[in-house]
Amino acid sequence: MLKNRDTRFTILLLIPVLLVLVAYVLYPSIRTFIESLQTERGASLANYLDFFSQESKTNLQALWNSVYISILSVLVSALIGIPLAFIFNRYDFPGRGFFSSAAIMPIVLPSLVGVMAFMFLYGETGLIPNLIKDLFGLEKVPFKIGGVSGILVVHAYTMYVYFYMTVSSAINKIDPSLEEAAYNLGANRFKVFWKVTFPLLTPAIVAASLLVFMISMASFSAPFLLAGGYRVLSLQIYFSKLNGDMEVAATQSVILSIVSIAFLLFMRWYQNRKDYRMATKGIGAHRSEVKNPVMKWIMVLLGIIGVIILLLPHFTILLLSLVPDGTWTWQIYPSVFNFENYRLLLQDPNIFKPLKNSLILAFIATAGNLVFGVLTSYLLVKRKFIGKNFVDILVMIPWALPATVIGMNLIFAFNEPNIFSFGNILVGTFWILPLAYFVRHIPLVVRSTNAVLEQLDDSIEEASRNLGARWFYTFRRVILPIIMPGVLSGTLLAFVESVGEFPTSVLLYTISNRPISIEIMNQLRMFNMGQAAAYGMIQIALIAIVLFISNKVFGVKAEQSLS
Amino acid sequence: MASIKIDQVQKAFGKVIAVDHLDLEIKDGEFFTFLGPSGCGKTTTLRMIAGFYYPTKGMIRFGDKDMTRVPPEKRNTGMVFQNYALFPHMTVFENVAFGLRVRKISAKELKTRVQDVLRKVRLEKYSDRQVSQLSGGQQQRVALARALVIEPEILLLDEPLSNLDAKLRDEMRSEILRLKEEYKITTIYVTHDQAEALSMSDRIAVFNFGVCHQVGTPSEIYNEPANDFVASFIGEINLLPVKVERVEQDHVYVSAQFGSESRELVVHNLPYNFNPDAKGDLSISIRPEAIKVFEQQTDGTNILKGKIEKVEFFGSVINLSVNVAGLLLQVNLLNNRSNNLESGADVWVQLPEDQIRVIPVVSGDVSC
Repeated sequence: MLKNRDTRFTILLLIPVLLVLVAYVLYPSIRTFIESLQTERGASLANYLDFFSQESKTNLQALWNSVYISILSVLVSALIGIPLAFIFNRYDFPGRGFFSSAAIMPIVLPSLVGVMAFMFLYGETGLIPNLIKDLFGLEKVPFKIGGVSGILVVHAYTMYVYFYMTVSSAINKIDPSLEEAAYNLGANRFKVFWKVTFPLLTPAIVAASLLVFMISMASFSAPFLLAGGYRVLSLQIYFSKLNGDMEVAATQSVILSIVSIAFLLFMRWYQNRKDYRMATKGIGAHRSEVKNPVMKWIMVLLGIIGVIILLLPHFTILLLSLVPDGTWTWQIYPSVFNFENYRLLLQDPNIFKPLKNSLILAFIATAGNLVFGVLTSYLLVKRKFIGKNFVDILVMIPWALPATVIGMNLIFAFNEPNIFSFGNILVGTFWILPLAYFVRHIPLVVRSTNAVLEQLDDSIEEASRNLGARWFYTFRRVILPIIMPGVLSGTLLAFVESVGEFPTSVLLYTISNRPISIEIMNQLRMFNMGQAAAYGMIQIALIAIVLFISNKVFGVKAEQSLS
Repeated sequence: MASIKIDQVQKAFGKVIAVDHLDLEIKDGEFFTFLGPSGCGKTTTLRMIAGFYYPTKGMIRFGDKDMTRVPPEKRNTGMVFQNYALFPHMTVFENVAFGLRVRKISAKELKTRVQDVLRKVRLEKYSDRQVSQLSGGQQQRVALARALVIEPEILLLDEPLSNLDAKLRDEMRSEILRLKEEYKITTIYVTHDQAEALSMSDRIAVFNFGVCHQVGTPSEIYNEPANDFVASFIGEINLLPVKVERVEQDHVYVSAQFGSESRELVVHNLPYNFNPDAKGDLSISIRPEAIKVFEQQTDGTNILKGKIEKVEFFGSVINLSVNVAGLLLQVNLLNNRSNNLESGADVWVQLPEDQIRVIPVVSGDVSC
């Protein structure tokens, strides 16, 4: 029995959403899985046996390396992020506000650009090691990053932010009266911290740990540029694909996906298990002022050093972008600075083209994300239907899957004609990249829209319909205008991330349609650091503008748009 | 304007039955209240009238039109939501104009009508304000104006005063009554507040657990409660389980249990006091203000000796708790400055035989 108009309408809205999710999320994943079962002797688990057999040491080694690096990344990020969160949220000293906003600067650096900056700063020919060498008249550079240490430094720099933000928000949610109650009952500072404060923070710390673990399992740019001979699984997939070992690439993708999805499920389970959300409203931050003058200025000094370290990569990119290509060859330090790279970027159509490509690709993908995200989120939040959990999981899959895997999934699904590509082969065409960017950012836009839609009381929609407005009128004139700020801030973030997207681009790009990240890689290969850095600066500027707009125009904090 | 007929309506959410066997007829231009505790089905019924839920069984008619499955936007009802549901991205004027814009009213007429209704709710000076800049009472009036401006056949008010503080509530109560007089519109008012219901309504339907227990004017509901739920939900009441001993021409004799002792009480055999058809467990009900108190032993029927346990002074009224053989009776006395009753004192209370009602006990049946 078709119950009523509303049920029919829900189904009508659900059809396109399900179609997109099945065609571009579920089907490609299944294709990869089927591919991983292909062998010369028909379908079997032989590829998996090969992966885990002792002979193919590289695969197992790569899996272990990935896990090893991820665990280390979690530890190092936690060791930086948690103390910082405490210092900035519990103590007050001059410049605290400035330092705490500088602490989230790493998110303004696109991953590939960030890795590039670290290479120039701390690599073999890096500015810092050479500067120290010259200052102290050393024989050779005192240190350099590369391989594991390189990846780890980059991970620590970019990922401590997750610890910093989740723990900060957890600290600010702790009702001060809980700690006061503990003191009142006779506990000392040490006891209060370990018995009250820390247990209240564990959910946040565990959540951040799982998140960082997942992100570093999926990390591609840092190993790609810094690993040298060190193999991690995400990189192995790329090499298998380059070598044409498609079944092996598929098998590796499935194994990496299983690890990631297992972590996602564990994370959801953990978050639902315990909830320390506190009922008290309007908790004011309570920071104790640092009174001891020596301590106070030590903290300020440390803060300044911290900010310098945090901003050094941005500054390096800026500096490099001002060095014209060909003027910095054998010299240790660059000597010529001008705006040549930016002039070329704007005037030389060949150099401008990748930027234009990326903007166009990202625009198409994000427009899709906007329409799809709003529709899906409306269904998930405001409508009741059977199988909502299934849709919810499909939406989250692209978030759990490493970008490399998403790229491989799309290759397996669309290197042959099928109904979802309207009988076309998409791999090798223009459309594969916008599709990849679209799939990558489905979760981001849906989740940021969910957040605003959940705030919107159902009675608003009912009031409009009661006044005689049909659903579409209500949606257009009431719901959309109210949720637009939140939706746009999520969408803008998806846009800038699409502009800088590297892992899927490197798997799927075509020569005639190179996005900006591929061009950065090419320029680096040709040692045109200046031009690469100029591209990087454009991306940094775009991200900064988007965060600024989100914050000032839409009132959405950078922290919120990220989580 | 329209009358509303609710015919054998049932609403089930999965296995839970929210409203059952509901039969109501609301007259044209009537101010009708659904009264009951939360979760009793009154809001569900209102939402079925608005069209946000469709009944599982039964029929809803406005006048002669069957509205059972008409979508909400085609019902021409004006609803005021508990949280007002004002559109946060629009000004006061735009909020009120929304329903008229949907109806494609010409710009000129729209402006006059919006200004007219804003004048009636005394908000003409606020028309360009954002709704978030208004106080709770002002938001309430915008919500009322927005519902009234479309000239709905029926005005639906879902606990509109529950988010206001006590003083504003009184103010809005008279505001709503004033608008009701002015528009003479069929109005359904949902509330859990019996004082609001008694003072505002033409008629009241008392709900509990999805069942309508009684429909009547405020004085009928208060003075002639149909059963012990209605009696205890509206105002204060003394309820005592009784058994009917014998029925005579003019009087009915019942035995009431006071602690361990059983006492015989006399009740008039009149429709107001005794319904011979009442079945099952019975109870007598008597309002606290109907009980008479004597400081000395007095002659008469239904006189019981007791001890004052508590005296509460409310200014105009004095509330007494009188312990009669282990059972507490609530008694209200008007303050005439002559009664100086103190707790601990012995008193004699009289339950006047014309003030006692024998009513069926339902609380047990409906599983509280």
